[in-house]
Amino acid sequence: MTLIKRRDLLAGGAALASLPLLGRAAQAAPLGVGFVYVGPVGDHGWTYAHDVGRKNLEAALGDKIKTSFVENVAEGPDSERVLRQLAKAGNGMIFTTSFGYMNPTIKVAKQFKKVKFEHATGYKRSKNVATYNARFYQGRAVCGTIAGHMSKTGVAGYIASFPIPEVVMGINAFTLAARKVNPNFKTRVLWVSTWYDPAKEADAAKALIDQGADIISQHTDSPAALQACEQRGLHAFGQASDMSAFAPNAHLTAIANNWGKYYVERVGQALDGSWASGDTWWGMKEDIVQMTPYSKAVPEAARKAADAVRDGITAGTWDPFQGPITDNKGKSRLGAGKALGDGDLHKMDWYVAGVES
Amino acid sequence: MRARLEARREPSRAMRLATPPLAVLLTMVAGAVVFQIMGFDGPAAIHQIFIVPVIDPSHWPDLGVKAAPLIIIAVGLAIGFRANVWNIGAEGQYVFGALAATGVALATWEMEGVWILPAMCLAGLAGGMLYAAVPAFLKTRVGVNEILTSLMLTYVAIQLLYYLMRGPWKDPEGFNFPQSRLFTDWQTLPMVMEDSYIHLGVPISVLIALAVWIVMGRTIVGFEVRLAGLAPAAARHGGFNAKRTVWLCLLAGGGLAGLAGTFEAAGPYGQMVPQFPVGYGFTAIIVAFLGRLHALGIILAGLVLAVSYVGGELAQTAAGLPHAATGMFQAMMLFFLLAVDILVRYRLRFGRPAAAEGSA
Amino acid sequence: MTPEITIAILMTVVGASTPILLAALGELVVEKSGVLNLGLEGMMLIGAVAAFAVAATTGSAWLGALVAMLAGAAAALIFGVLTLTLTANQVATGLALTIFGVGVSSLVGAPFVGMTVEGLGTLFPESLADDAWGRILFGHNPLAYVSLLAVVLVVWFLNRSRAGLILRAVGESDEAAHSIGYSVIGVRYLAVLFGGAMAGLAGSCYSLVLTPLWADQLTAGRGWIALALVVFASWRPWRLFLGAYLFGGVMTLELHAKAAGLSLLEPEFLAMLPYLATIAVLTIISLRRSGARAGAPACLAKPFRASA
Repeated sequence: MTLIKRRDLLAGGAALASLPLLGRAAQAAPLGVGFVYVGPVGDHGWTYAHDVGRKNLEAALGDKIKTSFVENVAEGPDSERVLRQLAKAGNGMIFTTSFGYMNPTIKVAKQFKKVKFEHATGYKRSKNVATYNARFYQGRAVCGTIAGHMSKTGVAGYIASFPIPEVVMGINAFTLAARKVNPNFKTRVLWVSTWYDPAKEADAAKALIDQGADIISQHTDSPAALQACEQRGLHAFGQASDMSAFAPNAHLTAIANNWGKYYVERVGQALDGSWASGDTWWGMKEDIVQMTPYSKAVPEAARKAADAVRDGITAGTWDPFQGPITDNKGKSRLGAGKALGDGDLHKMDWYVAGVES
Repeated sequence: MRARLEARREPSRAMRLATPPLAVLLTMVAGAVVFQIMGFDGPAAIHQIFIVPVIDPSHWPDLGVKAAPLIIIAVGLAIGFRANVWNIGAEGQYVFGALAATGVALATWEMEGVWILPAMCLAGLAGGMLYAAVPAFLKTRVGVNEILTSLMLTYVAIQLLYYLMRGPWKDPEGFNFPQSRLFTDWQTLPMVMEDSYIHLGVPISVLIALAVWIVMGRTIVGFEVRLAGLAPAAARHGGFNAKRTVWLCLLAGGGLAGLAGTFEAAGPYGQMVPQFPVGYGFTAIIVAFLGRLHALGIILAGLVLAVSYVGGELAQTAAGLPHAATGMFQAMMLFFLLAVDILVRYRLRFGRPAAAEGSA
Repeated sequence: MTPEITIAILMTVVGASTPILLAALGELVVEKSGVLNLGLEGMMLIGAVAAFAVAATTGSAWLGALVAMLAGAAAALIFGVLTLTLTANQVATGLALTIFGVGVSSLVGAPFVGMTVEGLGTLFPESLADDAWGRILFGHNPLAYVSLLAVVLVVWFLNRSRAGLILRAVGESDEAAHSIGYSVIGVRYLAVLFGGAMAGLAGSCYSLVLTPLWADQLTAGRGWIALALVVFASWRPWRLFLGAYLFGGVMTLELHAKAAGLSLLEPEFLAMLPYLATIAVLTIISLRRSGARAGAPACLAKPFRASA
């Protein structure tokens, strides 16, 4: 797994700004940048965040680029066709923003060798296909810290979609952080086998609450669980973007995805010719994972502890997966003082102590 | 002066041919108006949806690939619809057939040989037939309405798919993502031409439609099916067994839907994924009606639907039209088609009722 | 299980069952008149988005619920004109209506994504619902009471009223009803509009009660379950009531069992159950009537045109 050498964004931006724009713009047509979305741009979740990133990209690079997007693209052959159309339409760079686009992206990239592809959350790469993702688990650690402070029953409910590594590491980071505050903390996971079904997510939240959880975290896309908590007078964390509008009292904070940062960086590289394939996994340090403002309900102590975790992660002094780690079957997974490597995280399929699933 | 509908003595042939294009035309006009009202450039959007994919040859392969499963399923369904056998569970048969083929693919994953792909196709065909046999059995033995059973079974098949993807058939090297292994080269449909993406299923879909056309028009089986729909009593008197017709229709529809599923899995998908059911089985019902339940008409109708899909994506990038507009557009097309259908059996008259009228 | 949890489960079951019961009750009347409208999901979505749009703009959830019924009926009117006046195929029209509803609701709802509204709340003052029995009796959302009332009314209508008798006659034998002088098409129009209004109200239950927000495909396929329930109940309102609560109960219990760390069944098999149960019920009734037509109205999905 090659990690892209990060370029200092400021320097990159300055370099771009100082380019002899007149000469360049006169010859080169703007670089077409296409985006393929799995949901509607108005989903207030995953796709919405990517589209905000696209708009940031436009704001940053102006008339040097021209962006376009296709929303609601089904994962499978439909995405392959859309990708081909975007490539044929002259886009020099295409971002595919859902896991299910992995194989179509690889396939189409073979036919369009000059087009640069970027696939989010996948694990297959080629010469002109790079992959990228964000370290959302870092945000989960901040949420877990707050949950550890605020939960009276010491039990959190966690509404989860599918046991893929991304979701599993979120559950684990959340639980590890909460147990640093309250060593008896438990995370009760409820697998709903869907990314999106508002009524089911709300009922899942209610079931978890009725079974003793008093704070809810989710890895599904709708704000329905937050609303259920609002009705019950309990607290919950938002997903993908600030969801406080849906549940002003229940919403504590949310992990927001700031993809624009990455898009500006990579498209900048494509423009100046330094783009190369690879895997990028940015986090809080690069400001791609952000926490939305804490609500009034978060007490001072929790606020301070959460900030400390966030600052520590940003500075690289606090690792959500710092050893020792024991799994929920009692087996030691990591010795004291050691940290899990990215490779281990990418295939995580076990749960830390305290997780009930 | 008042408009009235007057029954024709027999359905108008001219109207049969004229109404589908009329429906498409009406949809284009109404669509342009609606999009304009919604604040988009209506004519430009219609141009992107309906004209660009047709006049730009670079989109033609896409049309073929998108139309192929619709055509295969729709010709199968049309056989039943002509005999008043309402199999609306093609989506389930499509999924179940594809699952059967996937089962063969996973079992032969480490094997090589040209026999593997045909084996998958046979499994898909058999799987679709087996799944359609349930409503056929219940209809002929117990008298249960096939509309309801075939629809219910669709949801069962989709849940079965979810279970297999999440559990037993999950790719062991796929990091727990709910999807199957990628099929090997022996298990995927070859391309018609080097470096194209028209898979073998595309020409086969046309061949299937032609074969069904010949069977329905030229053989005794086709006659039996058509007679069962037009005059069930006459069919009985003619010595045709009504139950046999039901079996025949459901097995043909299910088998072809299963084959279409196999082609999709072994073609464009190259694996099995939970997102596999995208509603082709339901859209094919629209295609069957748009094509007037006639095999050749269905080829055209399948292409028209493919145009609206491909054009809908173009309209998103070129005219900023949201995705939801495509669905609304397809529904409108069917509404118009169903509405103008009345002209086949009735004529529009203005003024006083005429005493006697010949038929057109 | 503590009483506390039992009550909580009960409350969730009522919430989950209510919209399905409302929609299925409307469809039951439609089917009793001999019409099969498969567009339930589409009408529910149109009702859901209309309710939310009105509630968000006017601030009145009740007005939203009312408009949802009108919007559902309007969608049903398209179906009625096509199938009843123009004698188009009911199966195809119903499916087209669903596709239409998905598209239209997404377009209409786009400006309302990301908002929330004050939902319908509860019908009775909170002081009535402060102990266990109070909650069970008075703590539900208003539409739950509406749905129960609707069951009683539909039972009375179908079995005791003259209009109900005519409706059933139209569904069982349209030619005969026509020859006695009843307007087959007129009766079916009314039934279809009623079905649309009920589906619209069911949709509003999602956007105003269960999850007061708008998102694409908010009803997530519940319309198909309602459709199955009508058959499962073999076209009888009381059985429909039981079926809806059975379904809501199983789905809620599944979540509770999983939250408590128990596993009833693989979730996908559980999700298959309503459909498999429906097929089983259909088969059993048919067997009992030894090959008769499974309790379905005789004219179901058959077009009617009066021969002048």
